[in-house]
Amino acid sequence: MGFEFNGKFYETDDDGYLTNLDDWNQEVANYIAQQEGIEMTESHWEVVNFLRDYYSEYKIAPMIKILIKEMKKMFGPEKGNNAYLYQLYPAGPALQACKIAGLPKPTGCV
Amino acid sequence: MSDDLKTPLLDELEKGPWPSFVKDLKQMASKKPMVKDLLRQLEKSYRDKRGYWKHGGLVGIMGYGGGVIGRYTALPDEFPGVSHFHTLRVNQPSGWFYTSKALNELMDIWDAHGSGLLNVHGSTGDLVFLGTVTDELEPTFRDLTAKDWDLGGSGSDLRTPSCCVGPARCENACYDTLALTYDLTHKYQDELHRPMFNYKYKIKMSGCPNDCTAAIARSDMGIIGIWKDDIQVDQAAFAEYVDSGMDIQGSVVDKCPTGCISVEGKEIKIDNSNCVKCMHCINTLPKALRVGKERGAAVTIGAKAPIVEGALFGSVMIPFMKMDNFEDMHDLIERIWEFWDEHGKNRERIGECVERIGLATFIEGIGLDPVPQMVKQPRDNPYIFYEEYYEEES
Repeated sequence: MGFEFNGKFYETDDDGYLTNLDDWNQEVANYIAQQEGIEMTESHWEVVNFLRDYYSEYKIAPMIKILIKEMKKMFGPEKGNNAYLYQLYPAGPALQACKIAGLPKPTGCV
Repeated sequence: MSDDLKTPLLDELEKGPWPSFVKDLKQMASKKPMVKDLLRQLEKSYRDKRGYWKHGGLVGIMGYGGGVIGRYTALPDEFPGVSHFHTLRVNQPSGWFYTSKALNELMDIWDAHGSGLLNVHGSTGDLVFLGTVTDELEPTFRDLTAKDWDLGGSGSDLRTPSCCVGPARCENACYDTLALTYDLTHKYQDELHRPMFNYKYKIKMSGCPNDCTAAIARSDMGIIGIWKDDIQVDQAAFAEYVDSGMDIQGSVVDKCPTGCISVEGKEIKIDNSNCVKCMHCINTLPKALRVGKERGAAVTIGAKAPIVEGALFGSVMIPFMKMDNFEDMHDLIERIWEFWDEHGKNRERIGECVERIGLATFIEGIGLDPVPQMVKQPRDNPYIFYEEYYEEES
């Protein structure tokens, strides 16, 4: 699976998550977001950037509770809550934001 | 795909006097082609002795993280009808009271958008819609919400709170289970729909220790009705039981687990200080005995089925609390969640968390005082020194 964008082929898994972490850049993120029906604003980038920073440090996507806690620390309680994250990423911060951030698909029992 | 349906192994399940899900599925198969493939796949599973469902999947409703469980067949070429066969959990009304109009609405919605197969009810408490394709999820949800229904919980969230029929139909109810379920469902909408916990968190409410929702075994937090004073006795009604020739000694007195019942002539005597609220005498002599007057609920924590760790029963955290208003309950729930959030690991249930860190740390963390009801078994090691001992020494 994969998609072509700006003349380059990007390999993904069955659900559209980038296979190679290093393929990611802002343009590709914008493109994936567009496919998801999301227009990236500064608020959207705050989440994506946090996810990428966290992943590069710990090699794993954060649990939702950690994402919320850290968002609260960095941006205050009005951004550090689950309802806010679902406003930005209606299909769920774990699934949609991770996809846009170019991280592997979060695992777990859904 | 040929139209004939040969299911010799499943057909065996239609034999005998009991109801059969195979009969139900076959009935639906004549209307819904996807159910035909469901039967074919199941037949193959029975023959090969293995399941052909892939685990999990990334499906959901916009704005919600829970309520839909993705199901895909591992053999989409062989069984295209069940290439998607997602489950939706519909939040049930408290105590499972439906009008026939409401049930008709639900069936119409599911007939239009899915397989038409229902599970009423699943062990989660929800009414379950079994089997639809990804493209039908949003339309199903739209039709459900248009009729004021909502989805239930799934994944690492608050699962749909569930209760027994409570005071609506049962004289043993020690508190209003229906009202508390309704209250918690509304108060914790965010936690129900948007997973953010370490793992699932189930709250079940039973009106008395008969525990018709099996809260003691199947909920992270069981809220079980209980009374504090004496069992109410109607001696005249008891005498009638005696006169009817009932074997009181064999079926009541001998069965009392603490032996706190005795009979003198036609009078029953109960040593309430030794009663462990097993409900047996009340269930056996419903006309003569009733639960006490000072009623409330006990709270148990930590029951679960064996998935990551082994199965656990709930342990009593609060032996008795008044249920006149639910604010204390909200407060307790939120303190537990805060603690679990802070100390729990990914995919660790609250019961496992308490086992790992120890009950003493847990109750201190949520601000509960130790009480004798928390003791699992008496201490058999005499060499334990308390802090007070060291203070005296120094």
